[in-house]
Formats: sequence, C-alpha cells, structure tokens
Amino acid sequence: MVIKRKEFLQIGSLATASLMLPKFLKAFERPMMVPPGNKVMVVIQFSGGNDGLNTVIPVRNDIYYKERPKLGIVKESSLLLTDEVGLNPALVAFKDLYNDGSLSILNSVGYPNPDRSHFRSMDIWQSASASNEYVNTGWVGRYLDAQCKGCDKPTQAMELDDVLSLALKGSENKGLAFKDPKKLFNTSNGKYFKDINSNHQQGEETIDYLYKTMSATLSSAEYIYQQSKAHPSNETYPDTNLGKDLKTIASLIFSDINTKVYYVSLGSFDTHVNQQNQQTRLFTELNDAIKAFTTDLKKNNRFQDVMMMTFSEFGRRVSQNASGGTDHGTASNMFFISGGLKEKGLLNAMPDLADLNEGDLKHKVDFKSVYATLLNKWLGADDKLILGTQFPQLNFI
Amino acid sequence: MIISNRLKNQHLLWRAAFGPMAENAESLDTIAPKKMWELLLKTSEKIPEKFNVAKNFADEYSADGTKMADLQKKELTKEQKKEIQQQSREDLKKLNIQWLNTMINSEAQLREKMSLFWHGHFACRINNGFFQQELLQLIRENALGNFKDILRGVSKSAAMIQFLNNQQNKKQHPNENFAREVMELFTMGRGNYSENDIKEAARAFTGWGFNIKGEFIFRVNQHDDGSKTVLNKTGNFDGDDIINLLLEQKQTAKFITKKIYKYFVNDTIDEAKAEWLSNRFYKNNYDLKKLLEDIFTSDWFYDEKNIGTRIKSPVELLAGIRRLLPMEMENDQSQLLFQRTLGQILFYPPNVAGWPGGKSWIDSSSLMLRLRIPQIITANEALEIKPKDDDDVMMGQMMSDNFKRKKDLLKQGTAKIDWTIVNKIFEKVPRENLLQKIKDTVLQTKSQLSNTVLDKYLNTESRENYIKSVIVNVMSTPEYQLC
Repeated sequence: MVIKRKEFLQIGSLATASLMLPKFLKAFERPMMVPPGNKVMVVIQFSGGNDGLNTVIPVRNDIYYKERPKLGIVKESSLLLTDEVGLNPALVAFKDLYNDGSLSILNSVGYPNPDRSHFRSMDIWQSASASNEYVNTGWVGRYLDAQCKGCDKPTQAMELDDVLSLALKGSENKGLAFKDPKKLFNTSNGKYFKDINSNHQQGEETIDYLYKTMSATLSSAEYIYQQSKAHPSNETYPDTNLGKDLKTIASLIFSDINTKVYYVSLGSFDTHVNQQNQQTRLFTELNDAIKAFTTDLKKNNRFQDVMMMTFSEFGRRVSQNASGGTDHGTASNMFFISGGLKEKGLLNAMPDLADLNEGDLKHKVDFKSVYATLLNKWLGADDKLILGTQFPQLNFI
Repeated sequence: MIISNRLKNQHLLWRAAFGPMAENAESLDTIAPKKMWELLLKTSEKIPEKFNVAKNFADEYSADGTKMADLQKKELTKEQKKEIQQQSREDLKKLNIQWLNTMINSEAQLREKMSLFWHGHFACRINNGFFQQELLQLIRENALGNFKDILRGVSKSAAMIQFLNNQQNKKQHPNENFAREVMELFTMGRGNYSENDIKEAARAFTGWGFNIKGEFIFRVNQHDDGSKTVLNKTGNFDGDDIINLLLEQKQTAKFITKKIYKYFVNDTIDEAKAEWLSNRFYKNNYDLKKLLEDIFTSDWFYDEKNIGTRIKSPVELLAGIRRLLPMEMENDQSQLLFQRTLGQILFYPPNVAGWPGGKSWIDSSSLMLRLRIPQIITANEALEIKPKDDDDVMMGQMMSDNFKRKKDLLKQGTAKIDWTIVNKIFEKVPRENLLQKIKDTVLQTKSQLSNTVLDKYLNTESRENYIKSVIVNVMSTPEYQLC
C-alpha cells in the first residue's frame, strides 16, 4: 500500500469496496481484527429525565399549549419537521439531519408501571428489566457476556466517564470506563502493577478474576491510548464535555479498535425549575457536538456504520409546574442518528395528549423493543438471549 | 496452605468485624480464635448509643403551631420543602460519616458488622435524614437480637413505609409495593409465593402508615378488614398476621440464613451447611446470636476455601485500611467520595434489593481506583475523580454552590496517618522477617506476592520508611481486595 491509510480514507466515498482493502490486508497481521464496515453504536444518555414534549413539539396540539401556557414552545420558534411537529429551537443540526434522512424519531417510548424515581427508572432502562424486577447486570454488559467469551480486552464496550454505569456491567464481562485515553494510560501504566501482574500464579477463582480484570485493564489502557493516537480526528469540536467525548470516540472509530458500543451521558435534564434555560443550554451542547461528530463521520466515510441512540430515564409531566419547569413523568422520545437508517423521520404517531394516565403520557413502545432491534439488526447479537424475552423488533434498521 | 492461628483470628476479624486493628494486631498470634469470638460477642453486648445528627422537622415545627399544621396538611411552601430536602441531604452525609467512623472505632464490631448486613438487606433509599436515623437505630439495636423483631420493626418504620409506598396503600386503592418486597426481598425470596399472595397480603397491610413525627400509626378507616387468603391460609388478616405467616415459613429461615452465609462465609453456598444452619435458626426461633455462634464457632468456617476468597465491599475496604492504619481524615468529603466512586454509599443503596456484592464490586475503573487508594491516602494525595451525578440527590441543582464546593474539595488531601502506632505492631520483628510478617498481617489470600518483586519497590532508607513502603505496596494489590 503506497497510500497511507488516512489519506486513503480522505478520498471518501470514491470506492467503498477498495476502501476496505487496507483494513482487510492488515487483518492478516493481527488477530481480533475489526471487520471492515464495523458497525458501531453510540448511546447518549440524557440523565435527569428529559422533557420529550419540548424536544419534539406537537405544534398544533391545543392541549399542549393549554397545559403549558408559559413553557410551551410556539410553532413559529420551533424547527418545523411537518405541519404538526417541530423540533426544539436549539436542535438545528438535528433538523438538518432530518432533512438528510439520517434522523429518526420514536415517540412514546417507556415501559409498563413506570417508576418516577431517577435512580430506579435509570436502573430499569440500564438493566432492561421490568419495573418490579431487580437485575444486577446491564443490557450492554449482557451483550458482552454473550459476544465476548474469551475476549482478552474489555474494549468492546466503553463508557466516557470516570465511573462505569450499570448498563455496561455483565456478569462475566464488563465494559471499560475512562474519561480520556491519556489519563487512563497514565493511571494504569504503573510498573508495579505490571510487575505483580506478570508474577501472579494461577490460583483460586476470585483472585484470578481480579488479576484478569487488572491485566485486561492494563493492556486495554495501552491499546486504547495507542489507537486514539493512530488516526486522530481533524475536525474541530466544541470545547464541551460532550464535544470532547465525541471527538475521542470519533478518533477511536477511525482506528482499528474492536469497540462496538460507546456510552456517554449528558445532564442534568432534571428541569423542575427554569426549564427553558437549562434545556436550551444542554441541547446547545448536544447539537454542536453532534454536528461536529456527524460531519466528521461523513468526511471519513463512516457515517453509515455508526448508529447513535439517545434516551432518558423518563419524560416529564404534560402540565408545567409553578416554577417554570416540569416534574417527573413517564414515556418520552428517542432519537436515532445514522447514515444507515432504513426508516427515516417520524417512526410513529406523536403522543396522544387526550389520553393520559393521571397527567402522564402512556407508553406505546417498550424501550426493550428498541434494544432488541439494535442488538439483533445492528450488532448481530442474540437479542432474546440478552434480554431474556423476545421483544418485537422495529424497522428503522 | 498452613492456616496459622494468626490467619484464623484475622479471618474472624475480617468477617465478623471490620478487620484487625493496629492496637491489637500483635496479639493475634497467641489468642485462641474461640476466645476471640467470645470477645467479639462480649464487646457487642451493650445497646448502642443513638446517633443524633438528623434534624426532626416535626419537633421544630410543633413549637410553632401554624407551621406544624402546615406540615401535617403537607401545605409547605416551596422554600420550606427545599429547606427540608437540603437539610436532609446534609443530615444523611453526617449520619454516613458518623456511622462509618463508628464501624472503625467502636469496640462493638460484631454489632456494627451485622448492622451493615441489615442495612443492605433492608435497603431503603429516601431523602429523609430523620427517618433514616431512626431506622438505623432500630437495626443497630436489634442487629444481634431476633430476626422477628427486626422484620416487624423495619416493616413499621416510617422510612420503609415511605420508601415502599405503604402510606398510599389504602382499602380503595391497594398499593402492592410493600407486600411484594416483604416476600421477595425481606423473607422468602422469589418463587415461593404467587402473585395472588401479594395482592391479598397488600390488602392486609392497608392502613399501615406513619404520622408527622415518624411514628407508626394504624389508620383503621383505610384498612381492608375483609377475608384474605395468603399462602394457603384464610382469615381477616392484618399486617401483623401476614408477618407472622411469613415467619412461620421455613423458607424464610432458609432465605435469611443463605444470605447471612454469603455475607460472612462464602459467596458460593455450601447447601448442606446452609440447610443445617437454617434448620437450627428456625428451631431457635430466629435467634440471631445463636445463628452467628453456629457459624463462627464451626470448624468449617476456617476451611481454606473460606479464607481470603471474598471481595471486600467498598465500606469494608475503607474501614479495614483505617483500622490498621490509624489516621486523621483531612475532610469528610473524601470519605463520601471514595464511597461514591467505588459504588457503595451508605443510605443510598442502588435499589430495594441492596448492594449485589461479590464480583459486581469490580470493574476496570473501580479496581484501578481500589489499587490506588492506599497510595492516595498515605501520600495525602488528592482524589481527582468525578463521581456520577445523582439526580435524586441533586434535585436539578446541577450548578448550585453545593456542587461547586464539592468539586473543589476533591483537590484537597485525604488523611494523615499515625505511623508510630503502626510501627509499634512490628517493633519486635527482626529486619529480615519484616516483609513476611507485614504480608501475613495485611493479606488473607493463599495467593502470595513475590518477595523478589516487592523488594524492587521498597524504601530501605530507614526502618520506618521500609515498613511504610511494604504496607502501601502490599495494600495496592488484587490480594488486598480479598478477605
């Protein structure tokens, strides 16, 4: 290969088939190589309960404006998708993605017997359990358990955070959490840890488990750091937490790392007071970071291989409260962003505000159906095994 | 593996207490484990003094008749609500620190260790410092008493009634939350009752509530006094009857025994031993002291497979370090931060099922932090790790002063260790035996660290520095995560 890989990639969509060539050749050099066109999922968690109704706005619904005399976003300032539906004014890039055919919106996603406590509802979403069930593993973690027998590095799923979320904890395999590849590398580069690690003799099961985890972390830290430097993104990202995280993810996607799932969080969306300022601030951070990220992926011809999904532990009540905010609610909407969507735009009807359950939206789609779809159709995994039940799949992939 | 007398004593101290203490670490070679057990029992006899850090708003408001009426009618202003919530969060922090310090310093080690078990078993997460303080006291007072009393007391506590929504459990609108959890998590475990049992039991618990002062009340007019059928028995049951019914089930003794076995002995249950223990527990009318006696005076408790094979919980890890290395904490905030980043905050269990424990404590980030903690503490380093935001705690006040202050504190140091006490433990040990002796004092595992590897990292400038560097290095290992 005369052309360096990066230059080669910049030729863009000239020839998809030959684009795979450098990776394909490299595949002979190293085992555990990522297949060409490696499908990647990026989960963006809106922590705190995002108000879905002011995200995807029913601009011709009288009930919406009646229940939200102060908070309702008028049709004129929303970013209109159809006659009936507008996006939050801060989500300009999302409107472009919608026009592009790279954005899908799924309304009224939730689960039966919704819980309005943050930690409990987040638990339910992350563990993919029923609301009266307590599961100690997460859905991505169980994906690792199913896919990763004998994987030597826990880099298949990674969270950009100092602390690992339940979502990425399986019973045997767990994802890896780090804020910054360099910091991870520095804190786990101790000679001492490497030394005691190489001197450990196999023994009792628990101690071996700890050494296995340590050893995997040490080698992954180095691997991730090297990969993050191999093909760093050239795109300019906003100087925000999410901006930095997505830039790190982009650089890793452009490398040969075997990561299938990236997990990031944005928050807090717990807008009991002064919702508009808070949501606008967070959505601006989201919008600008997603804009840079999608541009970056397109330029590098990887947009069709990446599926972004957003979710929150619950939506908010239909009625505004007395402090310019909203209280904890139930069902909400999800965004899917990718160059590889099969079904685009609005995937289902807007929530029926005339048919509420004590002032809260009724869910129409179980979030576990979304997981089933992503696991099965995007990641090629056994969704039934991972989720414990067969959930109906959706058609956006 | 040779199971020395010291190892046995340390095993007992790690399981039935929070690890060996610097002051008596030396005596562990000679004292008989049986004697040590008796000592643990004896030092835990007294009813513990109550923590009194949480503010009871009912007290304050009852002095002011109008406010009290507001509180009763729940017509508090937004400011009042906010004040109560903020105060509660602060109170829970104080309660957390005070209890953690007690786990480390109290001589009633067995009682506190057993209380930590019940704190996880009767997991309760509510933002009411006063109710939590009352619940904890009930648990600490009854930790070594009778399971029947603990179960009944917890079920009637304002904290649990609030957490499991029994205040909303009314004749016209039964709420099944408490009825479900009392069977699934507190007594029998899944698969031993039907959905109909839950429905019917929920009816029996209607009317159980609490008043503004946090006292149990039975609201007769909300109680469904009709006939119910629960676990194949029919009658006009009330809540107490259901608790009695649950206690009659041998499965309850079995479920509790297995959980206690996992906590004190081994994550992998030896079915025959558990069966023997639970039969006796049931026959002894749920006497907890007798159950613990059965466990800790058995020979098999000291079997090789039970020693050094259990992953310490974050609280056990932190308490254990502080017991062997007496230290003055620079600030309380770092103690809370360790708990948050390692995944176990007292009074904030992940859900009503409590902390799952075992391997779930360990992932890449938590393990690497655990390995760095001895270094962070002994070098008085700052902990530069950001825990996850907790929306239940933050209540949407992401950028409040409180939050900023917390962030600044991460940059401060953590602790000052009193090394003279530590050096004293090893006073009589000759230099050539020091390394081995310290390893034997700090570690419980069969897996041994190589002396040749350790030697490369030790500070030989002085005896004091040597001891310090051995301890820090030996604690910064996967082996030290086990007890």
